[in-house]
Amino acid sequence: MSELSVNHLLGIKDVTTADIELILNTASQFKEVINRPIKKVPSLRDITIANLFFENSTRTRLSFELAEKRLSADVINFSAASSSVKKGETLVDTVNNILSMKVDMVVMRHPNPGAGVFLSKNIDATIINAGDGAHEHPTQALLDAFSIRDKLGTLHGVRVAIIGDILHSRVALSNIFCLQKMGAEVMVCGPATLLPKFIDTLGVKVETNLQNALAWCDVANMLRVQHERQDISYFPSIREYAMQYGVTLPILENLKKEIVIMHPGPINRGVEITTEVADSKHSIILQQVENGVAVRMSVLYLLAQKRALSAQIN
Amino acid sequence: MNEKEIIGTKELHIILNRLCCQLIENHLDFSNSVLIGLQPRGVALTTRLVKLLETEYAIPRIQVGFLDSTFFRDDFRRRNEPLKANQTKIDFLVEGKRVVFIDDVLYTGRSVRAALDAIQSFGRPASIELLCLIDRRFSRDLPIQPDYTGKRVDAIASQRVTVFWQDTDGKDAVTMTNKSA
Repeated sequence: MSELSVNHLLGIKDVTTADIELILNTASQFKEVINRPIKKVPSLRDITIANLFFENSTRTRLSFELAEKRLSADVINFSAASSSVKKGETLVDTVNNILSMKVDMVVMRHPNPGAGVFLSKNIDATIINAGDGAHEHPTQALLDAFSIRDKLGTLHGVRVAIIGDILHSRVALSNIFCLQKMGAEVMVCGPATLLPKFIDTLGVKVETNLQNALAWCDVANMLRVQHERQDISYFPSIREYAMQYGVTLPILENLKKEIVIMHPGPINRGVEITTEVADSKHSIILQQVENGVAVRMSVLYLLAQKRALSAQIN
Repeated sequence: MNEKEIIGTKELHIILNRLCCQLIENHLDFSNSVLIGLQPRGVALTTRLVKLLETEYAIPRIQVGFLDSTFFRDDFRRRNEPLKANQTKIDFLVEGKRVVFIDDVLYTGRSVRAALDAIQSFGRPASIELLCLIDRRFSRDLPIQPDYTGKRVDAIASQRVTVFWQDTDGKDAVTMTNKSA
């Protein structure tokens, strides 16, 4: 297969295993492109992309913008903080106004779950979800899968533990769907208050002890505690959380095997992982960022192709 | 299927040897030359030519790369079928080098045009030449002509020319088939 089954990337839940494989394989070719002396290809030179960020972001926004520019697309940026959204405009109105300027694709981050799905039903542009509330963050899951495959050679049978604030994390949900579709085993680990009820119905192992999780896994994906989404107190103090769930170098050295440490960023150094672990040979955190550009190029390229193919059929 | 063999095994071997000799005539020991196989079908031909040059003509250490020009094609988003990207493997810069593009069948010339764009990402070559095994003459969309040709073939748009290789396809031959048949 060399064509996606979906017209938008709204969540990993909607895509097939073949889609994920196509995205990862194409991303390998783009990773070679971004390591050339001249890192740009002309594929999307007739495409205009709007990056709509209704919520703060550094890495994802820069990564998307760079991916778009490496593909020669025209890019417009929008962040809610400095826009008419504050004056009371609705989402559909804001986006329709932007689309009147002839935009083909929209990359959107929004604090409300399902914002991307809503938009895809109301406007005629290809939508890429760059994070919707605590729901999904599909490109992060794809780049995590790509990074694991790059490091270990395969995803099949790999044991991945997602550790930290699962309850408020969109990265966790997308990662669970993506890794399971690719044949990996997934465990979630964190304080019981930060594990969603019935998470085990997704077919993941559930663990509240960090040592047990680390002993089980090949890859540990460490998540940040999302204070900005927490309306009540879920654990007594950050110090206690760090004591119970923070990964330190001595803990890693006491394991009888090498495990890979990942983090989607931003890192709270000294909380979920210490500085020594973040900068150690175990960590592939910076490779994840590099791979992020390649994976997003792949997603944009394949969706642009899909958009043209769908237009020909209609 | 009415398949017609246009080059047999023996003739193909003679052609490959002639192409090697023509390359040597222009590039001598290949010290400042690089051979670039165009993905996907030019790779097998490149591998064969390099093997011949190394074993039969004793030219060691030829710089070889494989170039995929999918992301540079001018028909992306304009054709009915999806394009599939292949691996690019060029571990050196082509700055100041004499580059030879190698492909199996030259048809419209559009993939060569894309490759001319794509190679610029690896530096500015001193010159670029084109070697192709089959030149489907009179079917070019662009002013692109080969410097080294295995065989010129007259084929109309409804016919397909296919090159087979011993290593991958079980035989060395070139055939022509009617697509509609």
